[in-house]
Amino acid sequence: MRIRIDHSTRYAYARPARFIVQMLRLTPKSCESQQVREWRIETDVDARLRRSEDAFGNIVHSLYTERPTDALTIRVTGEVSTVDTGGVIRGQNDRLQPGVYLRDTRLTQADPALVEFARGIGEGGPLERMHRLMGAIHGGVAFEVGATSATHTAAEAFAIRRGVCQDHAQIFITCARTLGVPARYVSGHLNRSDGQHDQDAAHAWAEAWIEGLGWVGFDAANGICPTDNYVRIATGLDALGATPIRGTSYGGGIGTLTVALHVRPVQQSQQQHQSKGWS
Amino acid sequence: MNGGGSGTIRDSYKTLAAWLENAPPDLLQARSRQAELFFRRMGVTFAVYGDEESNERLIPFDVVPRIIGADEWGGLEKGLKQRVTAINAFLKDIYGPQDCIRAGIVPADLILTNPHYRPEMQGRRPPGDVWCHIAGVDLVRTGEDGFYVLEDNVRTPSGVSYMLENREMMMRLFPDLFAEHAVRPVEIYTDMLLRSLQASAPSGAGEDPTIVVLTPGPFNSAYYEHSFLADKLGVELVEGGDLFVNDDTVYMRTTEGPKRVDVIYRRIDDDFIDPLTFMPNSAVGVPGLMSAYFAGRVTLANAVGTGVADDKAVYTYMPEIIRFFTGEDAILKNVPTWRCREADALKEVLGKLDELVVKEVGGSGGYGMLVGPTSTKAEIEAFRAKLIADPDDFIAQPTLSLSTAPTLNGGSLSPRHVDLRPFVLSSPAGVRVAPGGLTRVALKEGSLVVNSSQGGGTKDTWVLDN
Repeated sequence: MRIRIDHSTRYAYARPARFIVQMLRLTPKSCESQQVREWRIETDVDARLRRSEDAFGNIVHSLYTERPTDALTIRVTGEVSTVDTGGVIRGQNDRLQPGVYLRDTRLTQADPALVEFARGIGEGGPLERMHRLMGAIHGGVAFEVGATSATHTAAEAFAIRRGVCQDHAQIFITCARTLGVPARYVSGHLNRSDGQHDQDAAHAWAEAWIEGLGWVGFDAANGICPTDNYVRIATGLDALGATPIRGTSYGGGIGTLTVALHVRPVQQSQQQHQSKGWS
Repeated sequence: MNGGGSGTIRDSYKTLAAWLENAPPDLLQARSRQAELFFRRMGVTFAVYGDEESNERLIPFDVVPRIIGADEWGGLEKGLKQRVTAINAFLKDIYGPQDCIRAGIVPADLILTNPHYRPEMQGRRPPGDVWCHIAGVDLVRTGEDGFYVLEDNVRTPSGVSYMLENREMMMRLFPDLFAEHAVRPVEIYTDMLLRSLQASAPSGAGEDPTIVVLTPGPFNSAYYEHSFLADKLGVELVEGGDLFVNDDTVYMRTTEGPKRVDVIYRRIDDDFIDPLTFMPNSAVGVPGLMSAYFAGRVTLANAVGTGVADDKAVYTYMPEIIRFFTGEDAILKNVPTWRCREADALKEVLGKLDELVVKEVGGSGGYGMLVGPTSTKAEIEAFRAKLIADPDDFIAQPTLSLSTAPTLNGGSLSPRHVDLRPFVLSSPAGVRVAPGGLTRVALKEGSLVVNSSQGGGTKDTWVLDN
């Protein structure tokens, strides 16, 4: 499948910001399940972008504005070809050993309730247990926008049994690590099968390391393994590590943040037309 | 008086002993009062955590120097260089190919899930492959067979200002004593540090790199030392807000506009150093600093992630680490240590808690530890529960019969337990040790805890020349 993404993030500052520094994790990398055909980052004010790669394998752009500004929009647009690999991620060059993903972080620290929940998954092979874990979270934690915020920990979201995809992913990661299975957080995009192309927020899910198979995706919010509807953008130990934009402004005060996201499949006829043009 | 544990006077103290014989009886007390007055006037203070009475307190200073002979120091120096060389090689390997994990020298999980291991640093190489620019190694003597390493401090070790201030004070109080001893100068430390930091600058920095000392601010317990060192080095003392990062380069705000910074001697912990990479709510860090660091455009001393080498659980593997990276046996011994993460060791430890010292793996400053022989039954039982709940978090060591040094107690001298923290500097130009260190002394009779936060004092440390 070919998926087109148009993702804008707009910061409006209370006062003109003298200077803005941001770390962007907005750019996907190609692997077996996805081929990045084109991708671009644009800003509506003059800014320098420096591209690098972090230890987690993410493409990072450091953004530095050139002059005072009262608003900044970062727009990423691009197209990715995907294939369904049953959620298995291959063709990545990992700098970190899977064992690193057994670390706990502030957002993914297990409390007694999560430990008990994880242990309740029962015995079995790791792949089977991860599937059961995904099902248990999908069934036990309601999807509800507004019940949690971006700074909620896995334990906090689990305590109220409600949350959004970030919470489902972090609960999954926390439980997997408790069971001795390395797990990481993935931020990305979902081409929704219900045809809802305009979305309020980007998607997130988890990946678990299954010995002999590699990294396997688990979307506990939807109760399925990622398919060719999924585009991976960044990974980290938790939501914070894979945050699309982390930044600070000098003198901008408290501002507002608006996200506009459009994810849609590229029509088949259009695809053929284009590929004709290339041949 | 004696300089050891056996009741005899060490050779290195003989001149001092003779001098004291001839001194007026109340001389030491008078000098001691004088010292306190000087220190108060200079404002040399240390904030004590958990002390409601006073935020800042003077660390007691003992006017009787701790004296180390030339031969003994020679051995110590060799051992310290070996140890810090191995620590740098270990860090380079951990954040690089991880050969020591593959070779089974250290367990993978101990490193990879260690809170002080920074995955963000994996695959990174700081300028000159130097990770630990400044190390403070805590040593104790337990008898005639030399020194043991109690712990390595390779994050942001403090105390060097006391080494320097104590010497200045002693030279003022006892000029005639210095005339009778060939004491090696510790004042050269700041010059050694400056050269070491200059030699560690990134490749693009030019002949005269700009160096700053980065402090969390006046509320930090070691703020005095931060400002003292900046002053001695002749460099700016800055807080996070004085620096900013643009285009992956670090700048300092000055009255003449932004000035590029090449080397940051930082006294801020990893967690707080860059809110865009580590703790997002840190107000003392510099946003984007890690981007400049990763781009190789600034040196951080010490490097980010060095804490994985001074973790108390990793400490127990130091003899093997030294052998693996230097091909030699460790010159300075480790204190025998039980790793409570190992079931057999835990069982043994729980069986004799009243005899042992138990420490939290990630703790520092003498907090969160149990000294079995001086604890009540209730304290031991409370600690037992903690130990059983999280055995991975603890190590245990025998209660050492630390050596003592003569210490002024009222009008006379009494033996008090001491340790020693020498400072070791590393740069691409080599590893150097300042001839001296911080001697900490447990002022309470029989006490083994020398930490200043727990009521310990300090002494000037004399290393004699041949």
